[in-house]
Amino acid sequence: MATVQHVVHDTQGAYEPSLFGTYSKKIGMWLFLASDTLTFGALLVAYSYGRVSNPAWPTPFNRDSIINATIMTACLLSSSLTMVLAVMAGNRNDKAWVRNWLLATMFFGAAFTVLHAMEWTKLIVVEKMTPSSNVWSSVPLFGGTFFTLTGMHMLHVTIGIIYLGVIALRKKFLPVLLVLWALGFFLTPSDSVFHLGIHVLLIGAVVSAIVLFLKPKDYDANDVEVAGLYWHFVDLVWMFIFPLVYLMSTKV
Amino acid sequence: MHDVSAHTDGKMTYFWVWGALLLLTAVEVVLAYKQILQPVRMLQVLLVLSVIKAGLITMYFMHLKAELPRMRWLLTISVTACFFLMWVFFFRDADRILTLGVK
Repeated sequence: MATVQHVVHDTQGAYEPSLFGTYSKKIGMWLFLASDTLTFGALLVAYSYGRVSNPAWPTPFNRDSIINATIMTACLLSSSLTMVLAVMAGNRNDKAWVRNWLLATMFFGAAFTVLHAMEWTKLIVVEKMTPSSNVWSSVPLFGGTFFTLTGMHMLHVTIGIIYLGVIALRKKFLPVLLVLWALGFFLTPSDSVFHLGIHVLLIGAVVSAIVLFLKPKDYDANDVEVAGLYWHFVDLVWMFIFPLVYLMSTKV
Repeated sequence: MHDVSAHTDGKMTYFWVWGALLLLTAVEVVLAYKQILQPVRMLQVLLVLSVIKAGLITMYFMHLKAELPRMRWLLTISVTACFFLMWVFFFRDADRILTLGVK
């Protein structure tokens, strides 16, 4: 069993030792994740409340949807593995493998997002589901809670991919992001929700450009570890969304 | 000077955790498909499996087990307490609607 090199910070004389024995950036990310846990917790409780209190709650997810969602889950779990391998490579100071594992993580994340977008498109276009109506039952709340919960998660995954792209490729990632935005914008139908949603990439490109140009730096092992915390959290949240939303609403 | 990130897990440990997570996901899917449990019982089983998966992710992938106990417990207790409060108030109310009917 390999032992990963310890990351040591010299803060003697400048600051008091950290109460939590780690660097402030990581504590900040943990605090953000704790608050984000409550955001998703509230959305999950809202969905569960509707699910439990409405016997007529729709069960629209057939075999194909469950297979799709299972593949999405496998993609996210695999992305967590590649992410933790990137953190290991970062602690070895192996920059080439940090980049390779981060790119692999982004690939799995992008696969998850594309599969999720296909699922959404099927529900919206084929099944005519909207945030306030659906054809399966008299419970209009289903669409609203489903789209809010899974949409919020999809947004987090997209932000995570951009975050990892900035860490892995720095300024080289900006043109990639802009090309993806342009492709998404011009290739999606104008009445598709993703025609509007793809602007998240444009906003991400602007924010990334501000960060990269105002504070250019060579991201180190700690930055990779903090980005990893965010990415694993996104994976963790899906571990609750998948059974609660998909598996509890299977149409067998 | 202080040591901040003593990750002592090897690569194989992460592969085992990944395998366990995939296996638990497969169990969840089979349970949902076979529908051998009543819906409320299945919800309980699925949530227990999800909590186990979340524990594996936070402890191994997010290296929470390598952090100082005070950080580990502070995060775990505060988040659990908030969830407990949400659960207590919302689910009793949801159950009341099921029992009494919507007025």
